[in-house]
Amino acid sequence: MSKEQKDSGLTMLPGQLEPVMVGRRLFLRYAGAAVAGGAVLASCKDEENPTTVPSSVDLGMGDIGILNYAYALEQLEAAFYTQVIATPFTGITDAEKTLLTDIRDHEIIHREFFKAAIPVANRITDLTPNFTGINFGDRASVLGTAKAFEDLGVSAYNGAGRLIKDPNYLVLAGKIVSVEARHAAAIRDLLNPKSADFAGDDIVAPTTGLDPATKPADVLPTAQKFVQTPLSGANLPTA
Amino acid sequence: MNLFKIISEIEQFDPEATERYSFYSRRNLIKYGTNLAAAAIPTLVATTFNQAFAQTATPPSAAAIEVANFALTLEYLEDEFYRTGLAAAGLVPAADKTVIIQISKHETAHVNLLKTALGAGAVAKPTFKFPAGTFTNYTTFLATARAFEDTGVQAYKGQAATLINDKDILQIALQIHSVEARHASEIRRMQGMKGWVSDTTQTSFTQAGINLKTLTGKSDDAIREAFDEPLTKDAVLAIVKPFLA
Repeated sequence: MSKEQKDSGLTMLPGQLEPVMVGRRLFLRYAGAAVAGGAVLASCKDEENPTTVPSSVDLGMGDIGILNYAYALEQLEAAFYTQVIATPFTGITDAEKTLLTDIRDHEIIHREFFKAAIPVANRITDLTPNFTGINFGDRASVLGTAKAFEDLGVSAYNGAGRLIKDPNYLVLAGKIVSVEARHAAAIRDLLNPKSADFAGDDIVAPTTGLDPATKPADVLPTAQKFVQTPLSGANLPTA
Repeated sequence: MNLFKIISEIEQFDPEATERYSFYSRRNLIKYGTNLAAAAIPTLVATTFNQAFAQTATPPSAAAIEVANFALTLEYLEDEFYRTGLAAAGLVPAADKTVIIQISKHETAHVNLLKTALGAGAVAKPTFKFPAGTFTNYTTFLATARAFEDTGVQAYKGQAATLINDKDILQIALQIHSVEARHASEIRRMQGMKGWVSDTTQTSFTQAGINLKTLTGKSDDAIREAFDEPLTKDAVLAIVKPFLA
């Protein structure tokens, strides 16, 4: 929406749609419908006359909704790590690049898997990322964001498990969430090697030994900060 | 006690509805809380359970109780393994102690959590035996740790579908499962391995009928690493059997 966002240098994701042109009145209606409407409005504060606003994306209902939810998060992670590898931060070591390249490949595989698994008629569109707050040239900024994304992914999958009806989808989600947790531990260890941070008390509750499990309604506002396209989880299962 | 005997006893467990309900009842938690042995369990653990299960109207299925006891047995094994390793003079290098202590803390917490959840239905701790060298050779210790953590990840994953209608236990299982994966990643990297698993016995690159090799063009390793595979209970028991006295 802002000029800066368009000049972020991000290449278009495969099949990415052009932004939809809408007027202010229609925009406000969409914003009101989005769970993350507040975030959308906040990000428009400096725009008196927005002229290019993407339509809100509804993740859908039932198990398909949960798959779309996972697909949205994997799109975000794949886009992030693709950028990390394309513009390596200053001083990146060979070992760091190898590790981050592995993670990029895993996230792309997850994204393409969901894209293929979700029926075309029910699948959400490709999303436009918004990485304006990230300094891709700075190690702390990149690894800090990676840590946040991986921890968010783990808690999102953990919170979504109980919402899935089909046991086959549950097993699939289980196959992916442990990989995200492995990523999280590795990133955290890069930030503070050989410390307790890989499964630190800031994320794993020390008295229960449990990772967080977060509901879609609480994950989406955080994810929304990194996606231009408004996301709506209004129809997702809640129990 | 033999693990198979424990499993056999569990399979005969078929409580009445009222007894099943007691699994979650406040009275059961309070009763457990007054037990002298349970006095050591942090108050927050019981509080967490009160918060997690206070609103639950449906008692857990017998299958879910069995899964929880299976998980508890694995956690007993890990808990004893790390406690013994940390107590072994000169085994864990100073540089690695922080990591091992953090993992050990979680395994103890998992045991306490599962025992509290199961209440009177919790299986007793088996007697374990560890091969010579486990607690005198650090390379052997780390290799065993990696095997336990990766097996734990696969074991929890393998039981997830059984819990699909026991949502509260499912969620707890998932929350333990991802912590075991964090542990596995850290231990593997300490051994000089990647944090993720590329199991070369996996020759299919298909997930849910989708051929990821043709779809993504990524390397064999990347495709294997992107999905952790589950293990059946029988496969897990076969791995664990050598450690049972």
